[in-house]
Parts: sequence; C-alpha cells; structure tokens
Amino acid sequence: MPDDKLQIAIYWGAACGGCDVSILDTDAFILDIDKAADILLWPIATDGKYKDIEALADGHLDVTIMSGAVRNSENEHMAHLLRQKSKLFVAYGSCAYMGGIPALANLAPREEIIARAYLNNASLEPGNTTVPRPRTSLNGYDLELPEFYPRVYKLDQVVDVDYYVPGCPPQPGQAQAAITALVMALTGQAEAPPKGSVVGAYERALCDDCTRTKSEEKKVKRFYRPWQIMQDPAVCLMEQGILCAGSATRSGCGVRCPNSGIPCRGCYGPAPGVVDQGAKLLSAVASIIDSKEPDEIDKILLTLPDFTSFANRYSVAASPLQRSHRR
Amino acid sequence: MTTQISIDPITRLEGHGKIDIYLDDDGAVADTFFQIPELRGFERFVVGRPIEELPRIVTRICGVCPASHHMASAKAVDGCFGGEVAPLAHKLRDMYYQAHFIHSHIAHFYALAAPDFVLGPDADPATRNILGVVHKVGLEVGGAVIGARSKAQEIQRIIGGRNTQDIWCLPGGVAKGLKPEELEQIRPWVDELYDFTQFSLQLFRDVVLGNAGYVDLIVNGPYTLDVHNMGLVDQNNAPNFYDGQVRVVDFEGAEICRYKAEEYADYVAEHVESWTYLKFPYLKKRGWKGFVEGLDTSLYCATPLARLNVADRMATPKAQEAFDEMFTTLGGHPTRALLANHWARLVEMVQNAETLKRYCDDPEITGTEFRVIPQQVTGEGVGIVEAMRGTLTHHYTCDERAMCTSANLIVGTTNNNAPIQMVTKKVAASLIKPGTEPDQGILNMIEMAFRAFDPCYSCATHSLPGQMPLQVDVYKGGELYREFRRCC
Amino acid sequence: MTFEPRIVGFLCNWCSYTGADLAGTSRIHYAPNVRIIRVMCSARIDPTFVLKALHDGADGVLICGCHPGDCHYSEGNYKMMRRYPLLKSLLADYGIEDERVRLEWISASEGQRFADIVNDMTERVRALGPSPVKAALEADLAER
Repeated sequence: MPDDKLQIAIYWGAACGGCDVSILDTDAFILDIDKAADILLWPIATDGKYKDIEALADGHLDVTIMSGAVRNSENEHMAHLLRQKSKLFVAYGSCAYMGGIPALANLAPREEIIARAYLNNASLEPGNTTVPRPRTSLNGYDLELPEFYPRVYKLDQVVDVDYYVPGCPPQPGQAQAAITALVMALTGQAEAPPKGSVVGAYERALCDDCTRTKSEEKKVKRFYRPWQIMQDPAVCLMEQGILCAGSATRSGCGVRCPNSGIPCRGCYGPAPGVVDQGAKLLSAVASIIDSKEPDEIDKILLTLPDFTSFANRYSVAASPLQRSHRR
Repeated sequence: MTTQISIDPITRLEGHGKIDIYLDDDGAVADTFFQIPELRGFERFVVGRPIEELPRIVTRICGVCPASHHMASAKAVDGCFGGEVAPLAHKLRDMYYQAHFIHSHIAHFYALAAPDFVLGPDADPATRNILGVVHKVGLEVGGAVIGARSKAQEIQRIIGGRNTQDIWCLPGGVAKGLKPEELEQIRPWVDELYDFTQFSLQLFRDVVLGNAGYVDLIVNGPYTLDVHNMGLVDQNNAPNFYDGQVRVVDFEGAEICRYKAEEYADYVAEHVESWTYLKFPYLKKRGWKGFVEGLDTSLYCATPLARLNVADRMATPKAQEAFDEMFTTLGGHPTRALLANHWARLVEMVQNAETLKRYCDDPEITGTEFRVIPQQVTGEGVGIVEAMRGTLTHHYTCDERAMCTSANLIVGTTNNNAPIQMVTKKVAASLIKPGTEPDQGILNMIEMAFRAFDPCYSCATHSLPGQMPLQVDVYKGGELYREFRRCC
Repeated sequence: MTFEPRIVGFLCNWCSYTGADLAGTSRIHYAPNVRIIRVMCSARIDPTFVLKALHDGADGVLICGCHPGDCHYSEGNYKMMRRYPLLKSLLADYGIEDERVRLEWISASEGQRFADIVNDMTERVRALGPSPVKAALEADLAER
C-alpha cells in the first residue's frame, strides 16, 4: 500500500451531499483523515473516476463510506462495485441506513403519471410531450441514462453492510467519532465494533438527553401543528400537544432540534431495541391521547393529519412494509 | 482512434453527472452531451404533507445549500398563509442567510475550484483537491480557510439552531430568536469573516490575476457565452440574496424583463430532452430556440457572475469596491467571461460579511417577536431566493387544512443547464483537435467549464416522472418492425 | 382452487381467547382461516406485530380484545383503541386494503359472535385476494 496509508472511498447514491458536507464539517479533522488515508474516490471533493475503482483488486479498499439510498441502476451498480473492492462497507447517514427522505417517494402511488414533472406543471414548455428515457438515439449517438427503479432501497437491501452511521446528516462530532473508530479498528489500534453495529450514536432515546421538563402524566386533548401555538421552550413538546419523534429516536445528534424550538422528526433512526421506528412512535402518540371514546379519539386525531409522514419520515424503506402496495 | 470519450463521474461539484464527447473521423469534436442521471421526486412526494413540514423536507434536496431551499420554501409556505410574517423574522432569516452564503462560497472556492488554479489544471488528479491545496499553501492558510468556513456554519447554528439541514423557519416567522449573549458570541466572528473575504480577494489577485496564463484563459479563452443574465435585485438594482424582484439583463447590459415571485410562470418555462433528467429553463416569452447564443437567445445564466452582471451596484461599500475592481479588470460590465464566476463569488462574500455586520449593529436583532401565528390559509405561495448557484423558485399550493396539494420547483443549477451544455462543448472543441489524444489534464479543463457554475445536480434533479419510460423496438429479419412506447 | 386466506389473529387471554374457546367447546363450525396467537391483553399488541404479520405473508390480521370497560387490567384495551385509528391510517398510506386489518371487542361469552366474525372476515379477505406484500417485497429484493 502506498505509504501504508489506508485506502478509502467516500461515495453517494441518491443523496443530497449533506453527508459529504458533514465530513467537511469536521473541520480540521479532515487533515487527520488525510494523514491516515488516501481517498481514491470522493466525487464532491476529489478527482477519482469510476475507472480508477474498476481497476482496483477486490478488497483493495480498506473501507467505503457510502451515503445516499439506491434509487437507480447506477446507484446499485456502484454499491456492488464498491462492496466488491472494499474490506469494510459503511452505510453513512439516514438515506443509506433507512432510505431517508428520498424513500418518501415509496409512498407515492406506483402508477403515477409523468405529468407532474415533465408533462403538466406550472412551468413546463407549453405542449411538451418529451420525457427522459433510458436510451435515446440522437444524430447517430446512443445516449443512455440509468434505469430509474420503481422504488427506493436502503443500502443493506442491496449489499452487505458492516456498519451504520445514523443521522441526516450525522452530526460532525459523531462523524469524527465514527471515522476515528473505523480508522483505529482498521489500523489494529482498537477492536472493531461488532458487525452490523450502529456507530456514532448513543444507546438511548433522544428523550433521555433532552433537557425539556417532562412530567409523569402526559395527556393531551388535541394536537397542535407547530405554527398553531406559541410553545413553552422549557416543557416537553409532546406534553404541549406538538408531535415530536424523540421517544422513538436514537440519541446522538445533540438534541439540536428540540433545543431550538423545533420538534424532532427522527433522523437518527430507531432507538436501540426498536424494530420499527414508525410503529414505536405510533404507540407513543396513542399513549398520550386523553380519551376512552372512539369518536372523541377520531376527533383528536383530526388535529394530527398525515401521521404516516411523521412515523416514517426517514425510514420508509426500513419499515416492515417498505413501500406502498396499492395496486 | 478514439471516437467517444467519457468523463464519469464529473467531480468537484455537488451531484451526479457525466460528459460524453463524440469525435468525428478526423478527431475533432463532433458533439458533447452533459447528462444528468439522477432524479428523486420531491415535487411528487411532498404532496399530501402538512405544508409547514415542507421547509424541513425540501432541505434534503441539497446538503450544500439546504438553507436556500429552506428559505425559498419558508417564503412559499408563508404565502400559503396569507404572507403575514413577523418583521424581525425577515431580518433574522436574511442575517442567517448571509452566513450560509459565506460557508458555501468558501467551500466552493477553496475545495472545488481552487485546486485547478492553485495546483494547476493538469496537476496529478490524486492531489488535485482541497487536501492538495492545503499541502501547497501551508497549514496556516489551510487552517484559516477551514476556520472561516467553520465560523460561518457556527453562526448559522447559533442563530437558527442547526446548520447543514436547516430546521428553523415556521409559517409566520422563525422558531427561535437571537439572544444578546449569542449576538456577542457572533460579533467578533463577523469581523474575522470580513477580514477573510479580503484575504481571499488578495489570494485571488496573487494566484490567478498574477498568472498571465490564467488571465488569458479567463478573458480570451473558450469559457464564454453570449447568453443573458438573471438575478434577484432590490429597488436600487443591487443584489439581494433573500428577497427582491428577479431581473434579466442581456449580455450587453440592457434589461429584458423584471418580475415578482408570483409572476414567475409567465416568464420562465422548462424544456425537456429525453437524454437527461434535468430540464432546460428558458425565457418563456421568447420560446425555446435550442442551444443557441446571441441577442435573440432565450437562454440565460443564473450564477454569481450573472447576479453581478444584472446588478447596477452592490448593496454595501466594500463590496462595491471589489465589484468595481473586478469589472474594470475584465474590461467592462457586464462580462461574458464565465471563469470570472470564481471572482464573483469572492465579491459576493464581501457583501455577505458587510450585511452580517449591519445586522449585528441593529438594536432590534435580539428582539423577542420573531413569530406570529397565521390567521388564515390562502392556499398558494411562491418563494424566490438566490441560491449560491442561481435563482431558486419554490411554488406551492395547499388545501384549506394547509396540506400540500402541489409543488413546483425551478432550482438554481437547473437555470444553467443549457449554458453548461454549450460551454462544455465549446471548451471540448477548442481543446480536442485532430491528432490530440486527450489526457486527464485536458479532460479536467473541460470539467472546469461546469465548475465555474458551482453546480448542484442534487438540487437540479428533484423531480419524479412516476412511471419509468419504456421503449421496445421489435426487429424482424434485422429490420425495425414495430416500436412500442410507454410515456416517452 | 379457491384462495384460502391466511389470517393471523391476536386474541387477548381473558375475554376474546376465552370467547374463541367457547366457540370450540360449543362445536360451532366456522372458517379455519384464522391462526390464533394468544396475548395477555390487547395492549400487548405492538403495531409492529401487525406490520410484521403482513410483511411475512399474512393476508389479514384480526385483533380482538375485551369490550371497553371490561379489560382484565382495567385500561389495556383503551391503549389498543387509541392505537388502532393511527394504525389504519398508516396501513392505508401503505396501500393495504382496509378490510385486511380489523379490530373487534369480543367477550368470553360471545363464542357465536367470534365464529361469525371469523367467517365474515374470511370472506371479505377472500374477495380481496392474496395480500401482495410478501411476494412484492421478495420480488423487489430478488432482482437485486
């Protein structure tokens, strides 16, 4: 290995780049990464190309850190390629771990018309009938686009994943901790975490670290959307009737959102021991409804529309049903 | 003899893309295609969501400019509630947004663009990146760059609770204000950031303007286009990144049109090609004319350079000095020299820092009335801001329960899709001639064409067709017999 | 070959399981399509169980508890009562037909009623056809 430095790749699937930015947000730590590793592929920041990875021997890379979900054939191809060329494969960020925000597309009806993007919206060229397609023959050139899959996958539905780093994106301090743990394990300075571990987060729920006061009795007669009331910044949001996913969510982010007057939406994934974050949040919400009458319960729930998008905001692909099954 | 060259993936930008260059039999460039392969579907999957959740969902269009989407979205959402917003909230949002601009411009200039100029366009690809730049300029300068960007991010986090995936705006205002002790934390950093803008301008003078080859490349090279310019301006025709009217000016400096947010669909339309997921905006009243330059074109750039081309002046004094220096050096205002985008970013940063300072000195900035409770749902709103990489439009409708019923987005980089296609081809054609065997340096110089635009292709490719287009060609005896198409 | 729905039934020990037992000891003939899982209380039923049952191939899920006010643990069935509408809305958003998941309050003496409910649900689910979930998810993953 050149200079005995670790050989790493940092790559993105259907992603927003925020996870790559979270690594840049570790500030001076990026220079420590540079000391320890050669980054052979990191499209946002370095000039490695796909052919450079294709030329590597299998297992040459010590680790691939991949963010983003699998939305199209290029994402899947690269996940397989990097898995093949890597000793360790890390799913980094909510999209890689659970499908993330892009997986909300899995709830859209499968037989959706193209109209909304390419045929019928407020700013399309009048009369347009063209839509993007996998193969276009133009002036004798064969132009190809990746196949757009009917649904989004999280990474471990497509490749074998060794570790997960949660967050949208992972908070920089945690990114640093997770990468440090990996480097220490790869250079034999520390024991590697058990395969399949969630690294860079804590073994408790967000509520455990939230400093808002919580009373024993949580009962609400209605829910409020965050703009409907002025909230008390010192009191638990759920007690005020404002939906917060903290009780079903793993801690590690530093409670940034509730500390800023904004409810948690669950980007760090399920709390330890929780199988489905959405189902857990469902139970939590149900448990604070102050009613024993079905009609009154229904009325209370009218104040909480579109619950599904809160239950599985980042985790549709990780939920038991994974996507809409409407025919 | 090579007939097709692929650059895959394109690097030192945000998002996925590839460039295919086709050569004719003589080895000259016959055509180039800049294809964007990604697509995620935001315009579809935000439908049905509570409208106030959109500013926290659409930030995931992009992790480099999430605050741009957050602000445009918040303004569109405010519109859906009748537009009533606490005045202090607008100030705080604008203050926050200046810090966001600085973080992103620093990241682009030093991490994405500088490697080509500090190390050279044909430097070894393994070191032609931010880490190579730090090695070359030294740890002290490298540390200053990292520190400046870190401060800008931290200012966002202190004002708005979080950076890199913003959370802070609510209908009617923002979720938290700025406490006096928080302001005092920020105040010295703002001065340091201003100093850093001056340092960056000096570095640009030393490294780029001090290199005759680079100056020649900028002013006389193939990185130019005769297309128009778009940007948000205030009532004095100075750039305003958070609010204002959209102004379009041709490449000779004459105003073509001006519009308010709600009018956008009368002025801009999007053309579709089947070989890329990214649409091509153009000036609607002129109609789509194809990939052509000239005064009659309907194409325009929306970039830092375009914003400065559109502006008659800057909004703050030191930024005005930087603006004057830039256009004097380039030989006049406006300019078509696209590589000057890198300089324009630094000029904008000066206005960002000066604006931040003005807010620090505003006695009302630590007020407590930063949100009002909306009293009505009016059902529609359009929010336009300048993202660092272009004019960003979010248009939403909602029902009487304030649940989203539609979303239409025209995103910063999308505006530049056609210009990027054209300048990539122009640069490729000028660098690859018969007999040239293009090495990685030449291919990188072709990539420098799009890099000037600071593109964000995750931003640009938010939309979802919903059903995979399918084409089936049936051959009989070697001849194409029937063609079946679904949605294409 | 008629489609025979496979329905998972979560029955609380004190009322509904006893009611189902009564149907048996009364020699009532009814559809054999519900596979019963006994839990101590309907409050024990985590919504995850219902989702997992569908994921694993169940064509339907029947949830039974004591009538409101009769819970052996006083309040347990109210917890299920509150969870149920949220669960239904979640299932609807995932495209699961409404009649595949059903909640009924059944007392220890309602053996015939239990049998009637099982018969009714079996026919409704039969009319819907097999649940597409398991096969669809296996196909999604097989192609990868």
